[in-house]
Amino acid sequence: MTAETDTAPAALAVRRPGGRIDAALVTILAGALILWFAPVGMGRYGTYVLTLWLVMAIAVMGLNLTLGVAGLKSLAQAAFMGIGAYATGLLTAKMGLSWYPAFAISAVATFAVGLVVGFPALRVKAHYLAFVTLAFTSLVWLFLRNEQWLTGGTFGLPNIPRPTLLGTRLDDALSFHRFVVVVTAALTLMIWWLMRSPWGRAFLALRENPVRAASLGVDVRAYTLLAFAIGSAYGGMAGALYAPLVEFIDPSPFAISASFFLLLMVVAGGSGYLFGPFIGALLGVVLPEWLRFTGGLYLIIFAAIVLLLLIVCPKGVLGLAEQALGAVVRRFRRTS
Amino acid sequence: MSAVLEVEDLHKSFGGIKAVRGVSFSVRKGEILGIIGPNGCGKSTLFNCILGQLDPTAGRVRLNGEDVTGLRPSDLNRRGVGRTFQLLQVFPDLTVRENLILAGQEHHGSMIGRLFGPRDAGLTASADTMIGFFKLDHLADAKAGGLSYGQQKLLDAAMAFMAGPQIVLLDEPAGGVNLTMLASLKERLRAMNEELGATFVVIEHNMEFVMSLCTRVVVLAEGAVLAEGTPAEVRANPAVMEAYLGH
Repeated sequence: MTAETDTAPAALAVRRPGGRIDAALVTILAGALILWFAPVGMGRYGTYVLTLWLVMAIAVMGLNLTLGVAGLKSLAQAAFMGIGAYATGLLTAKMGLSWYPAFAISAVATFAVGLVVGFPALRVKAHYLAFVTLAFTSLVWLFLRNEQWLTGGTFGLPNIPRPTLLGTRLDDALSFHRFVVVVTAALTLMIWWLMRSPWGRAFLALRENPVRAASLGVDVRAYTLLAFAIGSAYGGMAGALYAPLVEFIDPSPFAISASFFLLLMVVAGGSGYLFGPFIGALLGVVLPEWLRFTGGLYLIIFAAIVLLLLIVCPKGVLGLAEQALGAVVRRFRRTS
Repeated sequence: MSAVLEVEDLHKSFGGIKAVRGVSFSVRKGEILGIIGPNGCGKSTLFNCILGQLDPTAGRVRLNGEDVTGLRPSDLNRRGVGRTFQLLQVFPDLTVRENLILAGQEHHGSMIGRLFGPRDAGLTASADTMIGFFKLDHLADAKAGGLSYGQQKLLDAAMAFMAGPQIVLLDEPAGGVNLTMLASLKERLRAMNEELGATFVVIEHNMEFVMSLCTRVVVLAEGAVLAEGTPAEVRANPAVMEAYLGH
């Protein structure tokens, strides 16, 4: 609680607050620990699905920053994932580069392309921006499909090697999964840091009221481009992990429909929430796998579940959880 | 005293409609200038031209002698121009304290420095002082969206002052505020002016609010300056009475 002051505040004083343990930080570290051991007894395919979930969660985290936090309606995330996947695939499989520099190049390249694609976001908003980014996704997909000399076209890019750690190639599913767990945890920590920093507050201001944000000195142009570029880089880094995971890539996973699917994951998980992407990717990647026992009906059941979920909780699963928690806290306060 | 803000022969046209026609005035340091006029006289358009929301068709705006005509709102703010809006504009999902930290954070350090610096940009103490000054202590951790309209107006005004601006332009601060909250708002603005020498320009329909708060008043009619003077002089001006006060 603050002390009431009747005299006018003199100047903008600056102080550094003391550290405090953050619940989100504990959740990230505990989650990483659980996921490290989770595949035990799951078998090769189960481990692959778990790893794919984490890779998609990284891509959704990026879109969540661009769309959920900063409010920029992008439908280009699949394209950025494709650029990252192909950059890593070409650099490692064709040019013999190690995965680590390939990963860094993919991140920087998608950040740079994201900056350029972000420029229309300074001029057009809402669904107009969605159309512009949709056109970009089409363009990238056509490039990947038609430029066979570089990308292999519809025949794809085979033999993408897994990364090497301390001289050992992470060829088996479990060791690669654990590698992805560490990278995912590091990238989640970065997003956590970003969202709680003054930048995160500025991104939220962009989403809620850009005109007011500008009147408070927020450089709308710079923050819009940054939100777009950082989100795109996350797409690129997800692609850089996706390529060695599947070891063969072709243009189909990076088509327009994939961008819509990533958008669905952002919304279903809880747009703007730190852990929303993990819930969204769980629904998008793991749920269809769990429903495979229903045979040919699994996609219909999956679509029905998602439809029902969005009707019941338009703010996503975490939005519903927050609402429920708020109700419990209010009830507890009333009774006590 | 030196002029903080000078508006010189400002014009703004929308096609054939001349919304602002050759408006000139200056605001001295420590002054509270009121701008009044009937609906549609060009007050908000004038404000938007000064504040970079609209490009003026002709004329100049100077801040401490420097030409700032056509600068972006964020650049103007960083040079020391604060503002509030006619329609309430706080960030509903942020707490009262976070709204105030946001209002000050872009004035402190570099962009990269803010990313790696403290989460509150080192502004919690300043925000709490401002919260205390505007008597919002009990609401410091409440989401701004849950505040009453009057409380949000107080927060809106507090945000405009958070970065220690050289001048603040208030667009209808009394609009929709109940009498108790209005007295509180007026008292806080006056304290800002008397204790810190804060300089304001106020657009307002509430005549009592303007006449009791402002040290000088500019009257607009049909996009041009009709009269200018102290509240007493403006009240006694027959042209103003006819055009605006209806007496």
